Amino acid sequence: MRVNFTVNGRKQEADDVWEGESLLYVLRERMGLPGSKNACEQGECGSCTVRLDGVPVCSCLVAAGQVEGREVVTVEGLADFAKQRAEHGGCASGACGTSLQDAQQWQSKPAASRTGENGELAPIQQAFIDAGAVQCGFCTPGLLVAADELLERNASPSDSDIREALSGNLCRCTGYEKILDAVRLAAARGENQTAGQGA
Amino acid sequence: MDFLRPASWEEALAAKAEHPTAVPIAGGTDVMVEINFDHRRPEYLLDLNRIADLGEWEVGEETVRLGASVPYTKIMENLRAELPGLALASHTVASPQIRNRGGVGGNLGCASPAGDAHPALLSAGCEVEVESAARGVRMIPIDEFYLGVKRNALQQDELIRAVHLPKADGPQQFSKVGTRNAMVIAVCAFGIALHPETRTVRTGIGSAAPTPIRAKEAEQFLAAALDEGGFWESGAPIPPSVAKQFAQLASGACNPIDDVRGSAKYRRHAVGIMARRTLGWTWESYRGNAHGTKGGAQCA
Repeated sequence: MRVNFTVNGRKQEADDVWEGESLLYVLRERMGLPGSKNACEQGECGSCTVRLDGVPVCSCLVAAGQVEGREVVTVEGLADFAKQRAEHGGCASGACGTSLQDAQQWQSKPAASRTGENGELAPIQQAFIDAGAVQCGFCTPGLLVAADELLERNASPSDSDIREALSGNLCRCTGYEKILDAVRLAAARGENQTAGQGA
Repeated sequence: MDFLRPASWEEALAAKAEHPTAVPIAGGTDVMVEINFDHRRPEYLLDLNRIADLGEWEVGEETVRLGASVPYTKIMENLRAELPGLALASHTVASPQIRNRGGVGGNLGCASPAGDAHPALLSAGCEVEVESAARGVRMIPIDEFYLGVKRNALQQDELIRAVHLPKADGPQQFSKVGTRNAMVIAVCAFGIALHPETRTVRTGIGSAAPTPIRAKEAEQFLAAALDEGGFWESGAPIPPSVAKQFAQLASGACNPIDDVRGSAKYRRHAVGIMARRTLGWTWESYRGNAHGTKGGAQCA
């Protein structure tokens, strides 16, 4: 079957999708977006976390046919998603988003390296790098999507808020302390920025 | 496999009538696991996500009509006052990602004895609204809903539309044993609801019998003890001997098995402990102590 949906702000079409296929499979194998990781395939690890109409979900448990006409944000589109949110409160014009090609080639390049236009990171991504919250990196995409959504609805989360929001994401390097540090860091930076704007 | 995408409830009923083997999929948190692991290859998947009505709830005078697909997150956020037991149980479901997708309809459709919603549904007392194109609406009392391991009272052409729960008339609690707080299938679970208006107590036990069950003897014993002692009027503390007997009867109601998550002996023991503790919490709350109804972070 064919599935039409929006990925990172751009309309996409997937053909020859098997009816029992997951959204995760479509993203990774049909759209060439391997950022969302495939590990447990049963919703336990959170490494495939994406936003579905704004809501964090395990993409391995969403049937591809269920996303028809809906909006998905993956880790590849997170930087632009966060930018649009900060600058315009979301994508109003419809001209923003991350093209499939850009998303497929997306690499994390910290702002500090000043490599130019591809170097843009979402604040949560920069915070993960600065706090040393990435070890093997496999759980990182899911954690970034989940943590970004937490900070979107709760700009100054308590430690228990953070723990709860990330409770569906497993890190088998068990680098949880640094991950918590990274979310705290992103939250603190967000607050400073707001204060700096005199808001 | 065929993917059916009804745009309305009527279309969904028609599709289910035409294809009785179709597997309904809403949050997908159970069905997709089975498909991902090749445990199930349904001929038809019946997607219910497009039926907005299933994700809505109505708070009436005396009852809440909870759409089958209302995600656990929404229950926690919006129905804590009306359905405290179910809200507490919802909060223990898996992880935020799963709670954003899964709902009570899936728990009922799957009818696993380990489903987190069951003890709360049993203790609150409720009716399940199911419907078929041929015979219309049927209201199934929750006490008649669970028939066996992963078997429920649903006919092949029926779909679960909503659950009708009475608004809480007293404190309710839920407790669950697992190896950690998040992302865990219950080793066993216990729900309790005090119903001061009818001077009754209802319970629900999860993962300690082939189906979710009530501890009816324990309920009857406690209701009689509370009545005879004038406890509902006086609000006096429940004597430890009464709590102990209640716990023993709750434990005795179990018919558990040994499995990878825990032994039958442990489950009986833990259910007794949870019965005693949740009774304490709810009764403290009934007596006017704020301890019981607000408790989101209590451990059993």
